Amino acid sequence: MPKKMTKKIKEIEEVKMEEVLDGTVVYNVPFPKDLKDLDKLAPIIIKFPYHTDYIHSYGQDSPFFAGLTNKRLLGTECPKCKYRYATPKGHCMYCGTKAKWFELPQVGRIHTWTTCYFGSEEFLPECPYNLILVEFEGVDTLFLSRLIGAEEKDIKIGMKVKAKFKRLSKFKPTDVYFVPA
Amino acid sequence: MQKPQRPVYMVSGGVSKFTKARPDITFQPMVKEAYDYALQDLGIPHKKFFEIVDGSVASYFSDHFQRQLMSGIMVQDYLGLCPKPSHRVEGGGATGGLCFQEAWKSVASGHMDICVAYGFETMSHVQTWKGNEFIALASDVSFDYPVGGFYSGYYAMMVVRHMHEFGTTVEQMAKVSIKNHKNAFWNPYAQKRIPDLTVEDVRSSPMVAYPLTRLDICVMSDGAAVCILASDEGLKKLQKASRQSFKPVKITGIGRGTDAMRMADRPHGEVILIPREKPSDYKKLKYPGVHSFRAGRTAGKMAYEMAGILEPIEELDFIELHDAYTSSEIQTYEDLGLCKYGEGGPLVESGKVEVGGQCPVNPSGGLIACGHPVGATGLMQAVFAHWQLQETINKHFGNGKLQIKNAKRGLIHSHAGTGTYVTVTIMEKV
Repeated sequence: MPKKMTKKIKEIEEVKMEEVLDGTVVYNVPFPKDLKDLDKLAPIIIKFPYHTDYIHSYGQDSPFFAGLTNKRLLGTECPKCKYRYATPKGHCMYCGTKAKWFELPQVGRIHTWTTCYFGSEEFLPECPYNLILVEFEGVDTLFLSRLIGAEEKDIKIGMKVKAKFKRLSKFKPTDVYFVPA
Repeated sequence: MQKPQRPVYMVSGGVSKFTKARPDITFQPMVKEAYDYALQDLGIPHKKFFEIVDGSVASYFSDHFQRQLMSGIMVQDYLGLCPKPSHRVEGGGATGGLCFQEAWKSVASGHMDICVAYGFETMSHVQTWKGNEFIALASDVSFDYPVGGFYSGYYAMMVVRHMHEFGTTVEQMAKVSIKNHKNAFWNPYAQKRIPDLTVEDVRSSPMVAYPLTRLDICVMSDGAAVCILASDEGLKKLQKASRQSFKPVKITGIGRGTDAMRMADRPHGEVILIPREKPSDYKKLKYPGVHSFRAGRTAGKMAYEMAGILEPIEELDFIELHDAYTSSEIQTYEDLGLCKYGEGGPLVESGKVEVGGQCPVNPSGGLIACGHPVGATGLMQAVFAHWQLQETINKHFGNGKLQIKNAKRGLIHSHAGTGTYVTVTIMEKV
């Protein structure tokens, strides 16, 4: 990350230890003699976990993920108005017709991009990472993906990129990613 | 769309100050703080108000933050509004704006004479990065979230394209941050009141997602806001119940728009034109792409038609818009037709959107300085607009520095990520 912080930003971004949620377990707290003092009691803050394994079906989009594990990138096309979706849509957003699968080219260009230095908790360990929206020749919509092998300073709109596929599929859209072509 | 048969007024509002965390109370009393303020300003005690109020609409975005479903009814009972009718509204960041408009509909349709819109969010119950994860679940979990689900990343990609299309600069974005933090200095409801930020400060703040730094982005918060809306009939009932006189503000325009959840799916077509724009203005522009918000343009256009506005920047005295990002404030100038597409960056530099300028934008400091407890935000904007149009900023802020002199007409704008739902409401002095 470039640039030295100004004095003001140093004040705003105070130096402090990171807050973590592995604090001590407490089974009792003090209690006042007089009930009138209860309003002065500091709030009691507890922790509870929340974890769920979802049974998420990709439904009509499933062939896209089957494609990724076979190194094929699939989009959908409206048979009626010929609108082509780089990120699959089961039905055309414009005429409502059921769309058909077609194979996307594995080379495209960067339509826009960013480098994330922070992220959602799930992705924090991967920071910094690059996000790109890829445009493909003759396709009407874009595709969101990761760009590997380039840093913020190297990335430009219009840059040619090519698809690569994970050998061990996770059946996630990240089974495909892009590298500079 | 036809004009509604009945005029609708906002009669009072209240805000429970937005803050990083409110561990001292749960969400119900937080809403009550705003509710009690609104009633006190109206001069009607709750018991008397209960006799005349017809119902309410609840606004909150996420059930994840508290792991509590049906929080709305818990507010309804805590406020003592049971068994009156109510329902919850949800539409991401635009939840508050949608709630306000649902309350408007309840009154405009004749279903209610007096309706309370209340909104809140308690985002402090999880750590910031978990909160970012919850917010990112408001993106397609099959195709977008797993790739790097992070809202700041999405908005960063949108503004990178805006910079490419129009030459918008990071310095122009920093100027939005400077302006909004500076305005907030005089707003006691704002969290971040910094009168003297510089472009260098904003740019040297930690980078979150290029080109957005921490000072380009609003913060998650706890907070609540309440608006009370009424018909002419409702006004009479309120007047009778109140021991004091109050100044209602008329709601004269309502608009909403939508766009595809996945940014990748947005079309690259023709600009939706508003009056005084012609197709030749945008010969080479593919619209909305990911650089502009078609939902915002649609909402603005609809509200302008209803309120009879042809030249927004000349006919509006101020705007409170959804500046979750400095970039989205610039993009929204264009969607709302304060300038042509591509001229948002130069507009912030022109000074026209400063307090004292032609059309101040976010005189309150906006989301950037006040914070963004999602369900409360759109209603907070309505409360600030209400006070501007009543010319009671001095009373509510304890100083009149941010009072727009002679404010006759204002606009509030609520926006859900990444431009999926947008609401625009026009409010006017009576």
